[in-house]
Formats: sequence, C-alpha cells, structure tokens
Amino acid sequence: MSGTTRNLILHLFVLAMLTALYFIVSEYHSGNLARIMVMAVYAMGYNLLFGYTGLLSLGHALFFASGMYGFGLAMEHLGASAAPAMLIGLISALIVSAVIGFLALRTSGVAFMIVTLMFAQAGYLTILLAGTYTRGDEGFVIKQADRVLGGIDLSQSDNRYFAALILFGICFLFIGWLVQTRFGKTLVAIRENPERARMLGYDIQRHKLLAIIISGTLSGVAGAAYALLFGYAGATFAMVEYSIYPLLWVLLGGAGTTIGPLIGTIFMTYLINITSEFTSAYMLVAGLILILLTLFAPHGLAGVLRKKLLPWLP
Amino acid sequence: MDFGPYLFIASLEGAITAAVLALTAVGLSIVFGIMRVVNVAHGEFFMLGAVIAWWITSMVSSHPALGFVAALIIAPIVVGVLAMVCDYLVLRRINYDPERTIVATIGLLYVLQQTTLMTFGPEARPVEPPFNTRIALPWFEFGENGFALTWPWGLSTTTYKLAVIGAAVFILLVLWVIMSRTRMGLIMRATQLDSEMAQAHGIPVNKVYALIFGLGAGLAALGAVLVVPIQQAHYLMGGDPLLLSFIVVIIGGLGSVAGTIVAAILIGMSNGIISVFFTPTLAKIIATLLVAFVLVFRPQGLFGKPER
Repeated sequence: MSGTTRNLILHLFVLAMLTALYFIVSEYHSGNLARIMVMAVYAMGYNLLFGYTGLLSLGHALFFASGMYGFGLAMEHLGASAAPAMLIGLISALIVSAVIGFLALRTSGVAFMIVTLMFAQAGYLTILLAGTYTRGDEGFVIKQADRVLGGIDLSQSDNRYFAALILFGICFLFIGWLVQTRFGKTLVAIRENPERARMLGYDIQRHKLLAIIISGTLSGVAGAAYALLFGYAGATFAMVEYSIYPLLWVLLGGAGTTIGPLIGTIFMTYLINITSEFTSAYMLVAGLILILLTLFAPHGLAGVLRKKLLPWLP
Repeated sequence: MDFGPYLFIASLEGAITAAVLALTAVGLSIVFGIMRVVNVAHGEFFMLGAVIAWWITSMVSSHPALGFVAALIIAPIVVGVLAMVCDYLVLRRINYDPERTIVATIGLLYVLQQTTLMTFGPEARPVEPPFNTRIALPWFEFGENGFALTWPWGLSTTTYKLAVIGAAVFILLVLWVIMSRTRMGLIMRATQLDSEMAQAHGIPVNKVYALIFGLGAGLAALGAVLVVPIQQAHYLMGGDPLLLSFIVVIIGGLGSVAGTIVAAILIGMSNGIISVFFTPTLAKIIATLLVAFVLVFRPQGLFGKPER
C-alpha cells in the first residue's frame, strides 16, 4: 500500500468516525462536536503556519474575526444572504492575512510573534471602536431566518452537525492533500532549515507569505462558519485568548500532523467544559497544559503516537 | 477649567503612569537584555505585587503607613522569589529557547492569573495610601493687574501621587548604581555581553539568570505596590502594564535600559494626554500599531542603534 493511499484511507476513516458519532452520542455532545469541528478548521489553518512552516503567530484571532465580521457585517448591514456573505468573509480574511503577512514577514522569531500579537490587538480594539456597527463586546445575533444555505436551515441541530462535518471534511482533505504536494514539502523544508531551502533555490518569503494567506483564510472561513452555524458574532472572538486557543489545540494535538488539530481541539474543549463545571478559573487548566506541553511533550499527542506506534502518520 | 490647567493635570497624571511604567518596563527590559527571553507573564507579576500589597495591608491593622511600608518591602521579595522558582522549574528546563519560553510564559500567565482569581476573587480591592494630603496647585494668569497666580477649582493633586514619582526616580537611580558600580552589576553585564564566555570565567550563569528573572519580576511588583493605592488591586490588572511595557521596551530598543526609561516617559505622558483628549481605545490602537510598525521597519527601536 503506497503512502498516499494509506493517508487517504486514514483521513476518510476519521470522517466516517465523525459521521458515525452523530448517531451514537446524545444531542448535547453532537452540539459540542459541531462546535469542535468548526474550531478544528481554525486549528488546521493555524497548524499549516505553525506546525508545517514553523512560524508561530500570536495573532490568528484577527483572521478568525475578519472572516466572522466579514460574514456577519455583510448580513447585518448589506442584507446579503448566507452564500455571498460567506464569500465576503473569506475574501476579507484573505486580504487581511495578505496585508499582515506582507508586513509581519519582514521580521522573524520573537519579533514576528509580537508583531502579529500587536496587529491582532489593534484589530480587536478597532472592533470595539467601531461599536456602532459591530456592537463591540456585546456582539450581535444573526437572525435565525437568515441562517439558510441552499434551502437548508442551518440553525437546526442535525443540519448544523452535517454542515460542520462537510466543512471540516473539505478542509481536512485539502490540508491532507496540500502537505503532500511539492508546496507542502517545501514548507517543511523551510521549517527545518531555511538557509538550506534558500540555497536550493526556493523563494522562502513567497512560500511563507502563501502559507500565511492560506492559513489566515482557513481561519477566516472557520470564523464565518461559526457565525453562520451558531448565529453570533462578537468582539470576544478577536481577543488574545482566541489567538492562544489554536496554539494550545495544535500543541496538544501535535503540531505538523494532519489529525493533531482535531485531537487537540476535542481534548481541550472537553477538558475546559469539565473544569468550568467546578470553577470559574478554567483557564488555569489551559495554562498548566501549555507549560507541561512545552516542558515534556513539545510534539503533542499525535507526535507521541507517531514516535511510539505509527511512524507513517501524516 | 481652561485648556492650560486641564493639560497640566493631564501631564501630571501622565507622569505618574510614566513613573510606574518605567519600573515595570525596566524589569521586562533587563530580563530581555540579559536572558534574551520575552516574559509574557510579566504583567501577572505586577498584578501579584498589587494583590500581595492588599493582603499585607489588610493584615496589619494599625496605622496604614505601617502596613504599606511592610508591603513595599515584602511584596517585591515574595514575587521575586516566586519568579525565581518559575525560572528554576520551567525556563531553565527548556534552555531559555526564545519561542518555547514565550509559550511557557503564556501558560504561566494563565496559571498565576487564574490562581489569583480562585483565591483572591474577582473583586477589585482598594489599598489605603500611607499619606494622602490634597494640595491645590496654582496656575498663572495674565490679567488686568499683570501676572497673577490663581488656584482654579479642581486643579489639585495629592502628596501621595507626587511621592510615587519621587520613589520611582529613586529606585531607578539605585538600580543604575547597582548595574554600573557594583560587582553584581559587573557580573550581570558580563553575562549580557557573552554568556558562554562569562560561564568560562567562572560566573554561575544559571544563578545570574534566576536572579535577573527575580529582579525583573520584583521591579514590576514594586511598581504595582506604589500604584495600588491609586488604582485598586484586581486579578486582571496585569494586562495593561504588560501591553504598555511591551510597547515601551520595543520603542526604546530591545534590551536598552536607558532607551526604555526615555520611552516610558514618552509613552506614559502621551498615553495620559491622548486619553484625555481622545478616547482611550483610540490611544491604545495608535500605540499598538506604533509598536508593530516599529518592529517591522525599525527593529532596533526608535532610540537604538542598528545591530552590526
């Protein structure tokens, strides 16, 4: 069995599992899973940049929020229907990530992290400043009647689950394919040894910029999908926490693996759900896990799995 | 009030922000300068300083000044020791790798902040200043009788606020003497220049790092104890000092203590003044964008020299 077929089978198996889960678990958990799948798209977008290209951004909430607000504002103020609004969300995330990428890539290492953090913070504050349109922290609800795509009412929980599954499936297979291509392999080469990749004649800056744009656009799609499926857009999604979450999910699940983001998002979401039943200080768990991961398992769960059991894991 | 007195009051408030900010940012700056790591949990050490100050002053029930003096001595030491423990448990084990340190200190930020939420609670708690006499400030005017001093209503400050500025200047001077005139300062500067060479000459670099990390956190805590009678202690109060310190350290040139102080005065004063005339949100947007663009186009900082 060739590597490509094996990877395809693995990816399809994960999708089949997620489909089957819908019929097994209770409605509460399927609601959770729909949310997790949308957030896993966000995490996969983040993983392409952090896990595969080796660029640690602390400002991805800006891209998530660009998609969310591109979608939400187009519906709220331009009266667009769901499909064109999704497209507007996607395009706004694409433009924002291209501009930020162009500027931030002039720096590297720690400076890159701080620059992305600062731009995201400026974006969050701008959403607050434009409170007349964005309703600031309070956010706005997208009317149930508008949350219809191709005649299907996405506010219904079963439709929502499968919409999230389809979106997740497309992005999951896309990433699985992308990292096998020449482009994906070049990104890994840049992560491992930028000088050598440059010497071999690759245009590093162009590859990094493309990685940021794809990563940011996927994050934006996740943001727009979140607003569509759960009917809410708010400035909290642009806060620093939402830049930290994907980092946490990817680190926990395993950076640079295709299934890592999904694993990390599932674990982290349930962990936070369980702790928030006991205490309002649930971010304590997130903090502890971040420290423990950096100390003991910098390659995450899928990384451990790859090292111990399945060396072929994509 | 007229524009003149109004601006005067705004600059005075700005000077207090600048004084506290200088202490906090210098703490962040020496950690970056000597250890080459960015401590994202710096704001939480600031917050802990304020919270511990509240705790100590509420335990000492006699004269408020007594509790405050105790807080001024104990809080920075407790926070400094805690930071050294964090350095020993976490940072040393990842070899001060710059990127992993940032991730680890983000984790540390949440651990400190959320532990405070669980123990101290979500309320903002006030600390009584040790002395607090209101002083009316004069303003000059050119009236019919020529030059005259008036005391416009509302133009006043307190002795405590002036003392904060004085204390910050004093602490920074002490720090400067330590860094430039003592053996300990010499060791620190040697470690900054070339840690491997310093190690080869028998300097215990690991101990110096722990000490520096503790000193940086202690300075943040000291700034917090000074400002807490004006600002109240709250578990989320670390966010703004962190952001402002970042801004100051980057604009002043990463790792340059003198640049940091100049930038703290600049940013503290202008932050106070801009917030009075525009909305604070707009002031923050301008400041964060400024940092991003300085890093993109002038990474050595506005006052720094380009690296060789």
